[in-house]
Amino acid sequence: MIKFLLKGLLRDKSRSLLPVIVVAIGVVLTVFARGYIKGIMVDMIEQTARITTGHVKVTTKAYSDNIDQIPNDLALLNAGRIKGDLEKNFPSMTWAERIKFGGLIDVPDENGETRSQGPAMGIGLDLLSENSVEAERLNLNKALVRGSLPASPEEILISEDFSQKLKVNPGEKVTLIGSTMNGGMAIHNFSISGTVRFGNTGMDRGTVIADISEARLALDMEDATGEILGFFDSGYYDDELAAPVLAEFRNKFPEGLDEFSPVILRLRDQAGLDLYVDLSRSMGTIITVIFFVAISLVLWNAGLLGGLRRYGETGLRLAIGEEKGHVYRSMITESLLVGIAGTIVGTAIGLGLSWLMQTKGLDISEFTKNATTAIMMPNVVHSRITPPDFYIGFIPGVLSTVIGTMLAGIGIYKRKTAQLFRELEA
Amino acid sequence: MKKTILLLITISFITTVSAQDGVEILNRVEKNMSSDNRIFESSMIIHGSRASRTITSRTYSVSDKQSFTEYLSPAREQGTKMLKLENQLWIYSPSTDRTIQISGHMLRQSVMGSDLSYEDMMDDRKITEIYESKIVGNEVVEGRNTWILELTAKVSDVAYYKRKMWIDQERYVPLREELYARSGQLLKRTTLTDVKQISGRWFPTKIIYKDVLKQGDGTEFTMTSVKFNQPIPDYIFTKAALKQ
Repeated sequence: MIKFLLKGLLRDKSRSLLPVIVVAIGVVLTVFARGYIKGIMVDMIEQTARITTGHVKVTTKAYSDNIDQIPNDLALLNAGRIKGDLEKNFPSMTWAERIKFGGLIDVPDENGETRSQGPAMGIGLDLLSENSVEAERLNLNKALVRGSLPASPEEILISEDFSQKLKVNPGEKVTLIGSTMNGGMAIHNFSISGTVRFGNTGMDRGTVIADISEARLALDMEDATGEILGFFDSGYYDDELAAPVLAEFRNKFPEGLDEFSPVILRLRDQAGLDLYVDLSRSMGTIITVIFFVAISLVLWNAGLLGGLRRYGETGLRLAIGEEKGHVYRSMITESLLVGIAGTIVGTAIGLGLSWLMQTKGLDISEFTKNATTAIMMPNVVHSRITPPDFYIGFIPGVLSTVIGTMLAGIGIYKRKTAQLFRELEA
Repeated sequence: MKKTILLLITISFITTVSAQDGVEILNRVEKNMSSDNRIFESSMIIHGSRASRTITSRTYSVSDKQSFTEYLSPAREQGTKMLKLENQLWIYSPSTDRTIQISGHMLRQSVMGSDLSYEDMMDDRKITEIYESKIVGNEVVEGRNTWILELTAKVSDVAYYKRKMWIDQERYVPLREELYARSGQLLKRTTLTDVKQISGRWFPTKIIYKDVLKQGDGTEFTMTSVKFNQPIPDYIFTKAALKQ
């Protein structure tokens, strides 16, 4: 039966080509759009995680209550011991101490007077330890525009745009003017080892990356840290991975009345990221439903047109005694074959386009120039191919073809056998 | 009608007398608190939310226009110097060998993490020139009779729009002060104690500052030695002196 129907489809291109093309286009759009939107969402979330939130973050209760103000006076003390405890209790995760700070970067002239000055946002992270992966995590090697990564504690990286604004080059000295952990004025000299482009407009405007040991010295934060970020080995945030970590942490470090006791925050609990995480999880379903409805409508119409074109054929088949149900079922089987063929073609093309977008990326810096959201918008977005992309196309591709045919084929049952021969004579 | 006019005249007379009294009281206070020049050593205990720190310094000042402060301890702050000339302020950091002018929003930053801001140190105008004053009551503070003066800014470029001062009626020194924003929000509270007679004037040698918007238990500023009208060489008040 299937072989017979296949032959029919292959010999009569008008029955197969258009539906296959329609299904394939729909599936291409489904697979590509899903991968692309998933990619954008994951890029945004992971960029934010790497730079700001981690997959989980440990800080003091008081710090987390005022986290937007970067209150280093409320930072974690005994940071080394706390990080050691975290590494021991959660060996499947990597932990990184971070100190964020704000201040002015002051460039001196030959007399030591201010030549140029600009507000900066600083991040102190472990750049120099032997086993540290922080430089890699922030992709600093690839982001490097001029100079080199810091090789000694007093060296810093600054964003390329910021360096141009301040008219300062690698090798030159600059002074950070900020606040110490005690609230006093921090004045500290750094040497610029290189400039970087983060691919994020907000950060490119004025960011300084320093080794955490020197940041501690500058901000009078001996064995203290603002935050300890935790990252899952999978490299991606997942609520299901975060839940047991939170439970175990709260068991090991029960939250007391002390406002300086350590607390843990998931990525989704920070910077309004819950909406993005939820959206990223349901994006596959949303895209699939949209394309499923759209393709069904198109194929319903195609089925109706086909029904009209094959009006004589179905009439003849019914006239020579074929049951209505058999005709209906054979047309559904045909559509199933068309759906499978279209989905395979569409999935292959969709995955190919997604792979291209995953490899090359798309520069959206023009649109993110003035982005002010809490989430870090990367300037180049990539698609992300995930296992569901290999089968997700079958839902709209096959289901909509079959449903389209089922809807269009209802007309078969409305044909009256008594009138068939008169219709055929005409 | 006659009664109303009489009442209005009486009220306006009382208000005028109060205003004059307020100005007169403030002039007497300024005589006590200001001097041609002074040299003092001080210790500043900053009670943070986690720990307390003590910073000692030596200050030279001429009227309220020029001052030079050298921080003596702790080690991290030792050698840091601050120079104020009229409405300009510089800070010298020995570890960076940089002299930085403090201006703009930096003036709102805390001095060494205390409850004092650089802005608090900057206004050197006579208080009667920038505030309208009136007596709004009497109160006994620490066993001493005081007038409560309410000061409202008559110029726009002031850090605190409204101030409330409790002035010792006998010694003409402030014993307490509250500083308010234009919105009426209390910003800082100051308590002045250990009033001593030095060179024929009454002078509070201990001041407790509390920035109410800041965590911690305030800053205790104690003058351990004060000398008025001493010879101070002119070079002290130059930028070159910062690096010496």
